Amino acid sequence: MAIVGVLFDGFAYGMLLFLLSMGLSVTLGMMNFVNLAHCAFAMLGGYVTVTLMNRLEWPFIATLPVAFVAAALASVLFERTLYRRLYRASDLDQVLLTIGITFMSVAAAAYVYGTVQQPVQLPSYLRGYVTIIGVNFSAYRLFLVGISLVITLVLVLALERTRYGAQVRAAVDNQRMARGLGIDVDGIFAVTFALGSGLAGLGGALAIDIVGLDPSFAFTFLIYVLIVVSVGGLGSIGGSFAAASLIGITDVAGKYYVPELGAFLIYLVMLAVLMWRPAGLFGRR
Amino acid sequence: MSTDTMALDARRHIARQIRWRPAEVIFWLATLLPFVLFPTHLVLASQIAITALFALSLDLILGYAGIVSLGHAAFFGLGAYTAGLLSKHGWGEPLSGLVLSALVAGIVGFAASLVIARFRHLALIMITLGMGLLLHEAANSASWLTGGVDGLQGVKMWQVLGQFRFDLYGYTAYSYALAVLFLSFLLVRRIVHSPFGLALRGIRENSVRMTAIGASARAHVRKVYTISAALAGVAGALLTQTTSTVSLETLGFQRSAEVLVMLVLGGAGRLYGGLVGAIIFMSARDQFSGITPLYWYFWIGTLLVAVVLFLPNGILGGLARLRWRRR
Amino acid sequence: MTGAAPPVLATRGLCKSFGSLVVADGVDLEIPAGARHALIGPNGAGKTTLVNLVTGMLRPNGGQIFLGAEDVTAAAPEQRVGRGLARTFQVNALFPALTALEAVTLAICERNGVARCWWRSIAGFTAEIDEAHAILASLSIASVCHRPTRELAYGHQRLLEIALALASRPKVLLLDEPTAGVPRSESAELFEAIAGLSRDIAVLFIEHDMSIVFRFASRITVMVSGRILVEGTPDEIAHDEQVRAVYLGSRHHG
Repeated sequence: MAIVGVLFDGFAYGMLLFLLSMGLSVTLGMMNFVNLAHCAFAMLGGYVTVTLMNRLEWPFIATLPVAFVAAALASVLFERTLYRRLYRASDLDQVLLTIGITFMSVAAAAYVYGTVQQPVQLPSYLRGYVTIIGVNFSAYRLFLVGISLVITLVLVLALERTRYGAQVRAAVDNQRMARGLGIDVDGIFAVTFALGSGLAGLGGALAIDIVGLDPSFAFTFLIYVLIVVSVGGLGSIGGSFAAASLIGITDVAGKYYVPELGAFLIYLVMLAVLMWRPAGLFGRR
Repeated sequence: MSTDTMALDARRHIARQIRWRPAEVIFWLATLLPFVLFPTHLVLASQIAITALFALSLDLILGYAGIVSLGHAAFFGLGAYTAGLLSKHGWGEPLSGLVLSALVAGIVGFAASLVIARFRHLALIMITLGMGLLLHEAANSASWLTGGVDGLQGVKMWQVLGQFRFDLYGYTAYSYALAVLFLSFLLVRRIVHSPFGLALRGIRENSVRMTAIGASARAHVRKVYTISAALAGVAGALLTQTTSTVSLETLGFQRSAEVLVMLVLGGAGRLYGGLVGAIIFMSARDQFSGITPLYWYFWIGTLLVAVVLFLPNGILGGLARLRWRRR
Repeated sequence: MTGAAPPVLATRGLCKSFGSLVVADGVDLEIPAGARHALIGPNGAGKTTLVNLVTGMLRPNGGQIFLGAEDVTAAAPEQRVGRGLARTFQVNALFPALTALEAVTLAICERNGVARCWWRSIAGFTAEIDEAHAILASLSIASVCHRPTRELAYGHQRLLEIALALASRPKVLLLDEPTAGVPRSESAELFEAIAGLSRDIAVLFIEHDMSIVFRFASRITVMVSGRILVEGTPDEIAHDEQVRAVYLGSRHHG
């Protein structure tokens, strides 16, 4: 495989990580809430897609919005009932509560679907390769990169140009001052949290073809997502984008060129970045 | 002279909080009960004692100094592999094995603490998690040394003190583990009740203020982290010595998460929290060993959520509050 | 300046800015031994920033800080405490779960260098406990010293702030609005306690209540927009036109 191919695969993988981690980065930046159950919502999106496709025979593309909405709704339910009580609690309490929820979701997924990998049959136009200037690109990865770039663009525009976006930025920047200005930070947070979890759900659905889907997803990807978030810096879309690309490319290239290092490389990258900049590449705190 | 009597009273008040309580004596006497009541479960009892020691080591950094760690199994695993490798390469003497394991884990702990002491909050959680995962990966890929996923084979332990052979019923294992646990507990109890222990609680409560009263919080954190890592190493070595195997799982994230669960369940920052948590957790797991591990995790998850929402200071914290209310 | 003895605390040309916001702009300050020096100025004048710079919690962009004859500009905050510089916080920064006695004992152990000791029981450190109790008694909060800090009345917590600072046996004590949040009726009482401190300690305090400032300060420095506007005796400050302009609301000062 040519270096271009490796870079592209890594970038596509990075875009997947970006979708999965963006929501967590913003909610962490805004409320300082350590939500380790983030990937449980992503997993939910994955299982929604699998169920709709395999039991109800929906087309793949049509399941994606449903995966988004299902994860968003589920997250709102948890936010209203459980998370809300712990906004002012310690890191440790937040970690414990959300690890607890993740444990429960993993067990629940295993109960309903078993521990085997879930199969998905992609539509024919997403299978196979597209050749551009002599290099083969996987059609599905191109699709993945396309979706991610469109979403990134929409997010950036929404944050820069809309009233909602201005409120989110204010809340991330200085929560106390935003409250003082009369911004409904809790309401803004609930909406952002739902959107972020929805994106994770979408990411979970899109991830199936690349990394598979089984109940351990909520934990394995949590680690990747946390790495992206802490390397990128909290509350920064640009940071998450850069970190996700860096981690995605490092992981894929590392596994291709130096397979004996395994997952070693990304942990090293994370430790190195955090040693250099404790608040992450784009973090301010 | 009333200020003098008040000053004396202040000394006495502090001394009183440090005194051994009757409940403590009863607790330690009760740890001897398994020999009489459950002689067929001594292997389990030894596992509980080892896990309790591991939880105790975590309590020192989490409960007292307030450092959240998601990678404490790294030091447990280091101790376990050190003891295992020593024995595999011809040195099966248990006590010196413990000391060497503590040394290795302590040195690595000290090196890690140089980094740990600089971080707080999410970055700290990520750093501890990352170091744990890194070590796990390293042990996994260095299979020529560690045996990789198959675990380390060929561990043969000599007799404890040249007298007591590790038997099938766990009689020696439990006696040995319990003795080490008790001695370690005495050490931790002393640390907690020393000026250094007070400084640790100060860091947990307000590290900015610690600086403002002239303390080097980082130096304290480095020290306690090293001690905690060494103790975790002892616990790991005990597991190796009493089971004669080392698996990759000793380094795993799951072990880090479980010990956190136990400590929080029992009550962090209370000396006995980790011990009580380990007893309950390990006994429950033994009782439910028939059910699929995945469902067991459902109940752990439920338990965690319930503890955070309803029992913020763990079981011991809940008991203390009940007693306080009744007065 | 009179006398040959150097001031116990001095800053020379201290500068600090956050981005384009200048919060300290060439601040020169001298605090002689035993002074009761007030630092006043409108909100946002940079008073707390100055305390943070002097104590080392913020790093200056330029200028120097001296404790006695020693340049401590590069010293870590805890080293400055060791050299006789202590502070209190505008918003209580205490140890909520520790009792008042434990907290002050801890501060004394840190000063003595025995806080490193992990092999001896704290109960054996009777000299430290006695001294902590004496400090608390001198501030009239010994009667509640066995209660966890979080359960103490707010006024008692403000006094504990001072007790913790005194435990390090400072030569210079920086009080950042010691009466913040304290009812007016109690704040004079709190300042009586401060006025009663040993004359070996120089006190620099930030305070908004002018009646207290003029009653307790021997010298006053007025800060505006990160700069020292004027410094003088209470009498001089009371009759200064510039100060009047600032306090009467015509704040078009750059």
